[in-house]
Amino acid sequence: MVIAERIEQTYMSGGKPLTVLRDVSLAVEPEGFVAIVGPSGSGKTTLLGLLAGLEPPSAGTVRLNGQDLSLLTEDQRAQFRAEHVGFVFQTFQLIPTLTAMENVLVPIELRAMHGGQRNGAAAEDRALELLGRVGLRDRSHHYPAQLSGGEQQRVAIARAFANKPRILFADEPTGNLDSATGRKVIDLLEQLNAEARTTLVLVTHDPELAARAHRVIRLADGRLIPDRTPLAR
Amino acid sequence: MTQRFPVAMLFRELRASRRRLAIYVGSIALGVAALVSINSFRENVETSIRGQARVLLGADLELRSRQPFTDSVQALLDSVAAAESPVASMTSFASMALAPRTGRTRLVDVRATSGGFPFYGTIETAPQGRWALLQEGRTAIVDSTVLVQLAVDVGDTLAIGESRFVILAALTRVPGEIGLRAAIGPRVYIPGRYVEETGLLRFGSRARFAALLKLDETALREFLDQHRESLRAADVRIDTASEREQDLTQSLALLARYLGLVGLIALLLGGIGVASAVHIYVKGKLETVAVLRCLGATQRTTFTVYLLHAALLGATGAVLGVLIGLFVQSLLPRLFAEFLPLDVQPAFAWKPVAAGIGIGVWVALVFALHPLLTVRNVAPLKALRTAYERKPRRASLAGLLTLGAVLGSVVLLSMWQAPRWPVGLGFAIGIVLTTAILWLLALFIMRATRMLLPRRAPFALRQGVSNLFRPQNQTIAVTLAVGFGVFLLATMYVVQHNLIDRLQVSSYPQRPNLFLFDIQRDQRPDVVGILQKHRVRPLDITPIVTARVASVNGQRVDALLQDSSRSRWPYTREYRHTYRDTTVASEVVVAGSWWNGRPAGPTDDPSESRISVEEDIARELDVGVGDGITWNVQGRLIETVVANIRRVDWARFETNFFVVFESGVLEDAPQSFVVLTRAPDARIRAEIQRDLVVAHPNISAFDLTLVQQTLDTVLGSVVLAIRFMALFSIGCGAVVLIGAVATSRFQRMRESVLLKTLGARARVIRQILMTEYIALGTLAALTGVALAGVAGWALTTIFFELSFRLPVLPLIGAWLIAVLVTTTVGLLGSWGVLRRPPLVVMREMAD
Repeated sequence: MVIAERIEQTYMSGGKPLTVLRDVSLAVEPEGFVAIVGPSGSGKTTLLGLLAGLEPPSAGTVRLNGQDLSLLTEDQRAQFRAEHVGFVFQTFQLIPTLTAMENVLVPIELRAMHGGQRNGAAAEDRALELLGRVGLRDRSHHYPAQLSGGEQQRVAIARAFANKPRILFADEPTGNLDSATGRKVIDLLEQLNAEARTTLVLVTHDPELAARAHRVIRLADGRLIPDRTPLAR
Repeated sequence: MTQRFPVAMLFRELRASRRRLAIYVGSIALGVAALVSINSFRENVETSIRGQARVLLGADLELRSRQPFTDSVQALLDSVAAAESPVASMTSFASMALAPRTGRTRLVDVRATSGGFPFYGTIETAPQGRWALLQEGRTAIVDSTVLVQLAVDVGDTLAIGESRFVILAALTRVPGEIGLRAAIGPRVYIPGRYVEETGLLRFGSRARFAALLKLDETALREFLDQHRESLRAADVRIDTASEREQDLTQSLALLARYLGLVGLIALLLGGIGVASAVHIYVKGKLETVAVLRCLGATQRTTFTVYLLHAALLGATGAVLGVLIGLFVQSLLPRLFAEFLPLDVQPAFAWKPVAAGIGIGVWVALVFALHPLLTVRNVAPLKALRTAYERKPRRASLAGLLTLGAVLGSVVLLSMWQAPRWPVGLGFAIGIVLTTAILWLLALFIMRATRMLLPRRAPFALRQGVSNLFRPQNQTIAVTLAVGFGVFLLATMYVVQHNLIDRLQVSSYPQRPNLFLFDIQRDQRPDVVGILQKHRVRPLDITPIVTARVASVNGQRVDALLQDSSRSRWPYTREYRHTYRDTTVASEVVVAGSWWNGRPAGPTDDPSESRISVEEDIARELDVGVGDGITWNVQGRLIETVVANIRRVDWARFETNFFVVFESGVLEDAPQSFVVLTRAPDARIRAEIQRDLVVAHPNISAFDLTLVQQTLDTVLGSVVLAIRFMALFSIGCGAVVLIGAVATSRFQRMRESVLLKTLGARARVIRQILMTEYIALGTLAALTGVALAGVAGWALTTIFFELSFRLPVLPLIGAWLIAVLVTTTVGLLGSWGVLRRPPLVVMREMAD
């Protein structure tokens, strides 16, 4: 499903190269739930970004759903994301000028632009259905600023599932939420994930959340620490 | 189908930022309004002139001459009249008018008419309909300025020369003549048959003789075909209605085009407003763009969303601008009434409107392109890490292309609007240079304040000054808006000041302020006596002898004129010579030498007298030092040799001459005199003129202070028209300024609320804001004023060819006012932040 081979990422920082990931290889099986954990600055978010094809790595290859992302142009990667990838962000990243409903519609409309069919009414039905699944059907016309943090993240989850992605990337999805709300959000994420048989890759430094993953990938100082399943601990 | 997403996104985004985008729309609207109004007006003027060409002339054909028509010309006119084509005549000359009841005098333009002029259109009077009665008695119809200045009314008597006329009415409108005409030489119409009786058409007076003909098209063509050459040979100038129409259309179109250039500044300033609004708007949208990119939007999609945005707003602004422009267009005929020789009816003209919309959208797009490029460059990773910045691409090709598009548009638009392309190009270069200087200044301010701000400065000062270089600062936008506005207004002021300063008689205490013309030789002692009676002495008495060129270097004028490349007028005109043995202050010899030190009178060759020729006329006559000119001085031929060439400062109000004779040649020729004198008191000047008119009605008095007032009026009208167009630019500058303040309002609110929460009092926040705006206003306005000084100097010395004086105090005043306005707008824009408690503002921001 997701295969990274010897990927490395180097940024220029203050005129000097700064390597934030080195020699990372990993594979995530279809329909799996993988957590990437590690201390701050260990390269978790960078790894997530590379796996999701937001940036090409400085070295190595990432294959997503059988597609080598390094062979794609920036626009082709965008199209690929629109069709196969979902996102959930720590800071929700709902578009503040759009209603909850419109936020959920965005990926559907983008995918339609890339050549898929779009039936306006069907798209709205789908968005409403998803908002219903996350318990916000009656808030569909509210703007992000009118929603609580937990509600915003639920809208973001609805948006992430809008295109029935094969793989979902979540970056600290509970990082900005209190623990009770965070737990509910994860429950929801897991539930939808199971139903849609999506592969879930999640970055967190919450051990409790990591413990729910099928597999944990540990990063330290930009390197992978040998794999352990949480159950084996 | 596939374009649905950008369109849907566009409307969602628009909905959310209505207020901010109003600035954008406003910037474009004002610029478009300026162009649409002035260009529509231009079309209206052209249409009106086309429809009223014959009314402008009052006839189909006008024949004009500086001397009474020759017998052959008069015979021709008689034959036309005999063929039952109406012929009217008009003899006009300058003369003093005296109101016996009030004792006041005024130099006026007397027009003696006869024969049913005008054939087309009507001369309007107050009371109405009196024009038709003019020929019935010894009556006059006068400009209302005559009534005011002589303190008389309809029914009073006016003395012109040796005749008296009852004032029948005041003129309200003479077709074909502009309102300003009255200020330059107020008109007095009298019946033609009383001209002789005035006794003013004597030797030495300068009269113009005109015949006006009413001919149908075929007759006109035949007349011109048959007689054009012979009339020209008789020094008769010919003007047809269609020629008059062309001249007028051209000169008014020229005026409108220059004014359009002033309007174009508004549009370009609007473009800067757009660029700055888009820049700040896009900055606030970067995270949204990153999320869209994460969700699979391509670079092109996100760019399209915001480009459509710019186009739609541009179109909205342009349509709004057209509406404002059409409204303003309806006001323009009144504003330009003084320049318009006819009634102009505002009518819808589709060409300027279509051009306005096209140009509005174009400018909005072109100026939005560069800041929009940022959208293309947003990395999706930014959604994950807010701090993530992609490596800045230095001077990308797209960036250079968009900048090129802006520059190209400025040049093309200027050349399109300008009367001639070099003017447009020069204008564009000026605009780009000014913008570049203001831009550099803004960058300098940001860098300098960052480096020089003392760490220990008081809190409010430190915060205020650092606002100049903090992220999302408004330094560039405010500097451009304020700097440009000040630059425009101050440049106009500097030029106007220099033009008027030149005419300020009072600022040169030794210069004459009263000129007396057409004094005959026998009147001279009495004129001096009248002056002495009023304790005034003549500063200068200059003899004037009229003459014509007979031959140059032995070649007769008619032979010389066989060469069609020569201009006719220098050979055919009547020259007014003087004679003296010294040069005067307003002239300098540039070739040859003056005849001082050498005995007066012909020396080398007793048959040739020495003359001095002004350099421009020497070029026209193609003569240099040593060349010979034979003059026809009222029938007597006098041979002269060019002894030297002079350069003359014509702008000085003194008696200046194309040709000066040495003494001892013209003393016995028929001549009149000009007396220059200075009477500081207006009452004494009035008394001198009254005494002169009573004793010698043929003498004209020219009160320079009156001329100065007249020029003030004329310049005032021109300046008013320019100011009106500049108003759009100032308005646009204000919109850009308000926009700059508004776009950073959110940021400012957050900071201020934070400061308030941390315990800052409203006063401290006010001080911070004031420091920021005072600093910005001071530097921007100072640059604007400095640039205006340079532009004013260039215009005064190069375009108007006058010496330059910098009006320092008024410029300092302009600078201070600009600082005040900037600070006020800035503080008003941030008022909400200051007044309300933090929690309220916080809740608002959350919404």
